[in-house]
Parts: sequence; C-alpha cells; structure tokens
Amino acid sequence: MTGEIIIEAEKLDKFFGKFKALDNVSLTVRQGERMVVCGPSGSGKSTLIRCFNGLEFHDSGLLTVEGVELYEGSPDIRALRQNVGMVFQQFNLFPHLTVLENLTIGPMKVRKLSRDEAEATALKYLDRVHIPEQATKYPAQLSGGQQQRVAIARSLCMEPRVMLFDEPTSALDPEMIGEVLDVMVELAGTGMTMVVVTHEMGFARKVADTMVFMEQGRIVETAPPDVFFTNPASARLRLFLDQILEH
Amino acid sequence: MKPRPMTVNRFLNQRPIAIGLYLAIIGVICWSSYTGAQQMGYNWQWYQVPKYLFTFTDDGFQWGEIAVGLVATIWLSAISFILATLLGLLVALLRLSGLVMGTVVSVGFLELIRNIPLLVLLYLFYYVLGPVFGFDRWTASVLTLAVFHAALISEIFRAGINAVPKGQWEAANSIGMTRAQAYRWIVLPQSVRFMLPPLTGEMVALIKSSAIVSVIAVAELTTVGRNIISDTFMSFEIWFTVAAVYLVITLILSFGVSRLEKRYAVNQ
Repeated sequence: MTGEIIIEAEKLDKFFGKFKALDNVSLTVRQGERMVVCGPSGSGKSTLIRCFNGLEFHDSGLLTVEGVELYEGSPDIRALRQNVGMVFQQFNLFPHLTVLENLTIGPMKVRKLSRDEAEATALKYLDRVHIPEQATKYPAQLSGGQQQRVAIARSLCMEPRVMLFDEPTSALDPEMIGEVLDVMVELAGTGMTMVVVTHEMGFARKVADTMVFMEQGRIVETAPPDVFFTNPASARLRLFLDQILEH
Repeated sequence: MKPRPMTVNRFLNQRPIAIGLYLAIIGVICWSSYTGAQQMGYNWQWYQVPKYLFTFTDDGFQWGEIAVGLVATIWLSAISFILATLLGLLVALLRLSGLVMGTVVSVGFLELIRNIPLLVLLYLFYYVLGPVFGFDRWTASVLTLAVFHAALISEIFRAGINAVPKGQWEAANSIGMTRAQAYRWIVLPQSVRFMLPPLTGEMVALIKSSAIVSVIAVAELTTVGRNIISDTFMSFEIWFTVAAVYLVITLILSFGVSRLEKRYAVNQ
C-alpha cells in the first residue's frame, strides 16, 4: 500500500492493572487499506482498535490517527472520533430511538446538520445496507443482522474516513452473519479504509490487503492474505489457522 | 390418581376461606375500634364531615376547608418535588462526574441529610436558616422537603444512570458526542424507564412527609385537620377523613405512573 498514512502506532503498551493487554505494538494503516486483525481471545485485538478512536488509551508509545496524536485527554479527540467510525460486537444501537433517529442523531447534534440533510444522508446509507424499509422501527424490532447493519449505517452517516469493526459478527446467529459480511464487502468495494477484528477468514481472504495476527498483546505476524494463509511464518499462527479453518 | 394432600397452606388459600378470613380480620378491627369508642363514650358525628370537604348551598358550590388544605398539600409537594428532582439530578451528576471534589461534596450532602431526622431538619430551616436568610414558614417547608428528598432522589438517578449499559456511552462517544450530549440524548432518556417506579415511590413519600410541616403551622391538609378538631372535637372522624384523602391522592398517583410506565415499555 502506498496511500497516505491514516493510523500510525509506534510501540504501544497498554496495561489493565498488571495484565499487559498491548505489548510493543507497531503498525501502519494507509488510506484505502483493508486490515483484518485476528488472534485468540484475550490477545489484545479489541483493545488495539479501541485505542484507535480513544475508547481506550495506551500507556506508552505513540499513536497518530489522521495526523493527530491521540492520548488520554487530548483536546482533538471528539473531532477525531467523527472521522473514525466504530462498529461494536453488541451493536450498541440506541434502543429508545427509531432506526432513522439512531442514524440522524449524530449528524444533527454533532455535525449540526439540519433534520432534512441528516435524514437524506440516513436514508442513503440505510439503502446502502439494504434495509430502507425499517426506518421507522425500533432496534428491538429488528433481527441481529439488521441491527448490526443499522449500526454500520449509523457510523457511515458521520462520513468517517476510516471504519473500525470490533468482532462485528460474533454476537450474531449463524444465518445472519452472511448479510452483515456482504455489506462489509460492499463497503470495502467503495474504497473505505477499514480495520476489522474478526474470525471470519472467508471474509478476510476476500477483502483484506493486510492480515495481522496477535497473541498475548503482541503482533506475531503481519502479511498479505495469500502469504498469511498459505505460508505462515510462525508456528503459532499455523496452529491457530489449523484450529479455526478445520471446521 | 391420588388427590393431593390438603396442607395448611392449601386449606387457607381456598377462595371462600381466604375471603372469610379477610372479612373476619377487618370485622375485628372495626368492631374493636367501635366498641372502644363506645366505651369512652365517643359521640360519632360523621354527618358533620362532608361540609369540610365541600358545601352546596344557596350560595352555590364551595370547597370546604379540607379540600383547600389538600390543594395546599399538593402545591407544597409539587414544588418541593420539582426542586428535589433538580437538586437530586445535580448531586447525582456530581457523584458520577469522576471528580474527587464532586464525590466528596455529593457523598457529604447525602450522609448529612440521610442522618438528620426530617423534623430536626425542618426546625433547622425554620428556626435557624429562616431568620438568618429571612424566609417564611412556607419557604422553609419547601426547602426542607426538597433537600431531604433530593438526597434520596439523587441515589435513584445514580442507579438509573448506572443501569444504562456502558456500550451506550461508547456508541455515543464514537459518534463524537460530548459528555453533556451523551447524557441529554442517549443516557438520561433511557434511565427514565429505570427511574420512574422508584421516583413515584419518592413522590408518594414526599406527599406523606409533607404532613410534618403542620408543626410549624403551614396551612396544609394535616394542619387543617388539626384546626377543625380543635374547634369541633371530632378527632376520630377528621383523622379518618384526612388519612383517606392522603390515601386517595397517593393511590391515584401510583396508578397514573404505572400507566405511564406501560407506555414507555411499549415504546422500546
């Protein structure tokens, strides 16, 4: 990848009490790059991408997102979050608002768009995730897959420059995983910069430019998908792939 | 199939027996208070009571003293409750602010108010703060009730806010909302659902504790009752009536809010 650098992490360390969640993590995400991060649970994948929009803060090292240095208490953090979309494992839709209101509240309150503008944007992205007909419903009335697609649309409504996905399909029933992944593949097709934490290796093969394997807070291996899947360098990654690809 | 054995519980839970028992208990209470009153030669004058509620004469319809007292109680309670809610919200937000000063101030307030009897608090406001800051008995009453219940309401707010999942904060943050925006648009609207039942309880408690201001002669329901009795000596009838009036308004309130809760539940 040769695009402009969007996220740059240098030697990040992060502790939860005595537990070292991130250990000397360095990586670079460039404009238009699709990075998939995988690894066993507790390996620090989620912590890493949560650092990218300031939901967690690293304890040492240097993290720059969109040229802005990110640290606890940094003044630009809210402006930055508008450029960094986040999709959560548990969707985290706002249950007291309709689908349309979920999508317009950010643009209206944060970006100060008018209701008309915000609704036009919202409908555009609802269409993009293939559920324009659900606009007036409440999240609880939707299936898990539909809720996650609304959550993706909610992030897109802020017109972010990079999208972070934290295990977006892990809380879904198996038959709903496909519809969410399809939306993500289409999003990748539009050239969106994406960092995705997932165990969906089929998706990874399809869209990833870069695969990252983490274990115990460290990045063990970084490689393009063809090398990553067919010729992994580390024994640990080979074991991991054997275990998750067997089934 | 063998019939299930008749246990004591099953025997007592049979409908006719349960109703019979209930009526028997009520009967004993009524009968003993009636005979008790007879023995002390009490002269029942229930026919005198309605005129204290309202009169309908040639002059037209007029509310009686008890009704006027009730209106005063409702006013007193409503204003105190609004103040208590605002103050309670402020204390809860201070407590949740993550600032050491905020926690110290709010916990200090809470412990102070919770550990002083309401009556003593009222005396403090009326006899000490009243003369110092120059406010009358009505203001002293409103402030006492507001401050006393604000402490409890702040705990209700805190619990309601904490009951909103952390993921809601994260979602609000990740679309760039400020803390205030997240509270206003995301967290507080969801907390209402958790807070309505205990807030109703607190409102009922406030209406009941408002009776205490009769000790500084604020003209509300209880004071009116006391005044009527000192004129007429009908203590049994008037206290029964006053109690019934309190019961009716608090029941109406609870019923109204439970309807409101159902509407909120449907909405989500």
